[in-house]
Amino acid sequence: MNGADKRNFALAALTFVIAALLPLFDTGYWLALGVSLAMYAVLATSWALFSGPTHYISLATAAFFGIGMYVVGAGIEMLPFPVLVLIAAAAGAVLALLVGLTTMRISGVYFVIFTLGLAELIRQVVTWVQTTMGSSSGLYVLTEITESMIYWQLMVLLAAVYLVGWRINRSRLGLALRVIGNDETVAAHVGINTAKAKVILFVISGTVASVTGALLAPRWTYVEPTIAFSPMISFQVVIMALLGGSHRLWGPLCGVIPFMLAWELISAQFPNQTTLLLGVAFLSIVYLIPNGVVGLLETHMKRRRPGNG
Amino acid sequence: MDIIIGGILLGGTYVLMALGLQLQYGVARIMNLANGEILVAGAFGAFWFYSGFQVNPFLAIMVIIPLAFILNWGIYRYLLAPLVRRAKSRGQLEVDSILATFGLSFILVGLMLAVFGGDYFSYAYLESAVIILEQPYGLDRIAAFCASAALCIVLILWLNHTRSGLALRAVAVNPAAASLVAIKVSRTSALAFAIGGAVTASGGALLSMFLTFDASIGVIFTLKALIIVILGGVGEIRGTIAAAFMLGLAETAVASLIDPGLTLAAAYLLFVVILLVRPQGLFGGRT
Repeated sequence: MNGADKRNFALAALTFVIAALLPLFDTGYWLALGVSLAMYAVLATSWALFSGPTHYISLATAAFFGIGMYVVGAGIEMLPFPVLVLIAAAAGAVLALLVGLTTMRISGVYFVIFTLGLAELIRQVVTWVQTTMGSSSGLYVLTEITESMIYWQLMVLLAAVYLVGWRINRSRLGLALRVIGNDETVAAHVGINTAKAKVILFVISGTVASVTGALLAPRWTYVEPTIAFSPMISFQVVIMALLGGSHRLWGPLCGVIPFMLAWELISAQFPNQTTLLLGVAFLSIVYLIPNGVVGLLETHMKRRRPGNG
Repeated sequence: MDIIIGGILLGGTYVLMALGLQLQYGVARIMNLANGEILVAGAFGAFWFYSGFQVNPFLAIMVIIPLAFILNWGIYRYLLAPLVRRAKSRGQLEVDSILATFGLSFILVGLMLAVFGGDYFSYAYLESAVIILEQPYGLDRIAAFCASAALCIVLILWLNHTRSGLALRAVAVNPAAASLVAIKVSRTSALAFAIGGAVTASGGALLSMFLTFDASIGVIFTLKALIIVILGGVGEIRGTIAAAFMLGLAETAVASLIDPGLTLAAAYLLFVVILLVRPQGLFGGRT
């Protein structure tokens, strides 16, 4: 760790502590917004851990998120909450492993298609299981957990995601992923096990999304397939990560904050046009800022300091 | 027996949307995730003509096809061609086009929601029963199947026996080589994309005759079309047709034997098996 690293580390830690103080000041609207911000920050950052270097677009976030939520919903009356979170993590990891093993060996397009429908598939299966088992289509999650506690749990998870991402970036695995992202054929030729590297990252990403779902289950109190597996979650995660810039660890965060704030304002103003607006946001990011906010900042910095190129 | 006939009737109408996507992906190299929304737009078009003007769906298709052609040509020309020029590699184009068409699909859903609202739509046309082998089938399904078959034959004849069809197939095989023999790749790609969209929309108009639909159902059809294309092999017209029937049969079988809510799961299972066993598709050559 050199001097710049230590300084960045201290800055990040300080920001975290300040952000973690939020529930002490307000437990109403701002805390609710904070929970949403933290949730999407975790999801988008873990999404970018995998999709940033490899350029594989995963639309399966909602599938993992929903699994995590359902694990908690189904077991809340039998097992303590922390155990359920661990089970949710394991379930997410297993699902990600299965999906990864089937799709990673072949072209990226197949992966996009597969993940696009995964949430829908699991939703159909869960609904079918619930209706044939005779119970109602939803589950109640009644706990003592308050919104402040959810917020703190999410902040801890976010810190963990950042630490893992930071570790990966400086490991052999991180280097391998960057080579894969640049040219997969080259990566295979220099002896990188491309499928293994991608699967490992996808499993990490899926596990985090599952845990996020599990942590958020107490917030909804009533869990239903259409809420837990809502495809909107996947879409918003992708759009936020891209807006921020998925090639840097802190990129997605730069997308989550402005997007969520703008989204709050816009969806309050035009509640019926959200889908249309989401589409417009998607297109404008792809065409106008293909490297995200971070990309814009970086080119700006380069221009100011031409010597460092 | 009724599963087989029902499956063939359903598969026949899936053929069109899959061929549309096949043209867009195989020739224009655009993985169009807004394909299902174009299909739903076609369905809304047929609904609007029928309920507003009492125009029957077959005549409506004659109007829908040129409209969809123009719309898709515009989409390719103004939205996707800049991405094709910007892309440094095939992989980059794939990522960009997926994101762009994804955004486009949201815009189309949003527009259709704004115009038609979020309700479910269906209309009654040719709702009498036909008895085949002692089992009743809706006349609307059979009519849609026949119309779909007719459109397919026209499309295949055009692809195989005209100069522009030949150019399309040449670009599908190798765009770089096609431009060496004086084929305008960008214009041919635009043409393929536009025709693909028109074919998909006509498929939607036919599906609307017997299917209940709403503004946001498109993504399901996008998935089905994608599964069919991969099942049959990219660039394989025969494979696409065979795969469409396979999907139709699999869905009908699952719907009548297990549960109608699991049709997508069935399609997925088919997809995973193909990915594991033959990733190049049933009829695809080595990639």
